[in-house]
Amino acid sequence: MSLPKLHVENVSKRFNLEQGESLLAVQEVSLTVQPNEFVSLLGPSGCGKSTILMMAAGLEEISEGRIRVDGREIEGPGLDRGVVFQSYTLFPWLTVAENVRFALKKSGMDAARQDELVRRHLELVGLADFAAAYPNQLSGGMRQRVAIARALVYRPQILLMDEPFGALDAQTRMLMQELLLEVWQKDRTTVLFVTHDVDEAILLSDRIYVMTARPGRIKAELRVDLPRPRRWLETEGSARFTELRREALRLLHEEVRRAADTSAG
Amino acid sequence: MKKNSSHLLELRRPIPPAWYWGAGLGFIGIFLLAWFLLTSLGVVPRIFLPSPLAVWNELLRQAQSGILWQDASVSLYRIFIGWLISTLLAVPIGILMGNFHFFEGLFEPFIDLVRYMPAVAFVPLTILWLGVGDTQKFAILFIGTFFQEVLLIMDNVKTVPRELIQVSSTFGLSKWEILRDVILRAAMPGIWDTFRITLGWAWTYLVVAELVAASVGLGYRIMRAQRFLETETIILGILIIGAMGLLTDYLFKMTYKKLFRWAVQSR
Repeated sequence: MSLPKLHVENVSKRFNLEQGESLLAVQEVSLTVQPNEFVSLLGPSGCGKSTILMMAAGLEEISEGRIRVDGREIEGPGLDRGVVFQSYTLFPWLTVAENVRFALKKSGMDAARQDELVRRHLELVGLADFAAAYPNQLSGGMRQRVAIARALVYRPQILLMDEPFGALDAQTRMLMQELLLEVWQKDRTTVLFVTHDVDEAILLSDRIYVMTARPGRIKAELRVDLPRPRRWLETEGSARFTELRREALRLLHEEVRRAADTSAG
Repeated sequence: MKKNSSHLLELRRPIPPAWYWGAGLGFIGIFLLAWFLLTSLGVVPRIFLPSPLAVWNELLRQAQSGILWQDASVSLYRIFIGWLISTLLAVPIGILMGNFHFFEGLFEPFIDLVRYMPAVAFVPLTILWLGVGDTQKFAILFIGTFFQEVLLIMDNVKTVPRELIQVSSTFGLSKWEILRDVILRAAMPGIWDTFRITLGWAWTYLVVAELVAASVGLGYRIMRAQRFLETETIILGILIIGAMGLLTDYLFKMTYKKLFRWAVQSR
């Protein structure tokens, strides 16, 4: 097997609480994402999946273990990784085009090249006509499309997505998932995608890591052998999708139940 | 639900604008009418409360003699400079406190201690330290404004969402670049609103600042009239300070809408 794009090795995360107590959020997690692979982290709420992503982004300190990108251990955030958050993170004082361009501040490219990249990435997410609009004029789905364009524009080695469609309504979310697949199909950027939505994980991914309830560990790994390109109507109707869905739901359900029991007790 | 019945008192339901504005103006009208009746019918002696007409005449007298413009311009100057000194210090210190726990720890206990001290009690001390000139006026306005302003600016800075800062660091920006290009930009509308509020407070400290050792100014005019029981002058002074406060408030609100269109109705 080739060198993984992202390699999480025995990573644990402990949050310090008040009065010397601490909370083990993530316990000895190891996972890999191969070049051009789309991998999802699926788990119940509060299982630490977002924490793993934030550690990979260099935005959260790693308590134990290490994370490598292309074999190099990460130290803080870097331009080799692009991040898309669940909450809206556009700069409200900048237009759509200026938001995307902002990500190129440290690229050292000349202005013409930057403009060209911004234009191309806005076209990629279907928002070329909204280049001059401000974020408060856009719908939630459009804002996340800009955020995706902005995370891709500096051509990171890997795209880290933290429930990017979690705040959207069900219909918009389906459109966004298909749009993401189209975008991904074009350049196959390596993706690590965090979600608690089983269908979303199956539709998008090549592989899924299912996580346990807190403290988060890897419970199982599912290979999604559905043909690409995938679209909701065709893919969701296949027998294999139903099988995978049942398997993932079964794994996830045990953990959801366990999480509910422990928090109730 | 029935149509056509007027829902003036439904929970949080908008009412027709005519009713909204009519009610507000009507209330002021009733207030003025009550004032007029109380004084013209002799219910309240003139020396306690002058009639609206007497206040109006006092306004004309002061406007014609030029006292009004002189008082207003001197007071405006004092307020502006006092507030400006406060703001020039509050902005950088508030920004440091809102972003670095070290500076919050360094300054906050001291500021919390000082901000409940009454500005008026500093009048004799400031005269002792600074004399009776404008510097002493600036000092009182500063004491009344600064310690609250710096805490408000700290809060403005703290409301910038964490994710905005995080996403900026993924673009490779240094902490100083994030501070300048992201946090400050994002906090600007809130800071502008703090300017509006604190300038309003400065107006309320004007009388305290001109309490003693002044020979001109809106606050001074009020204090002097007190000595001679010229109640119409006092009331006029109060109304003018109120009107000027309202005016500066309005100017900040208008410029806010112009400068920060992106922040209006966002989300």
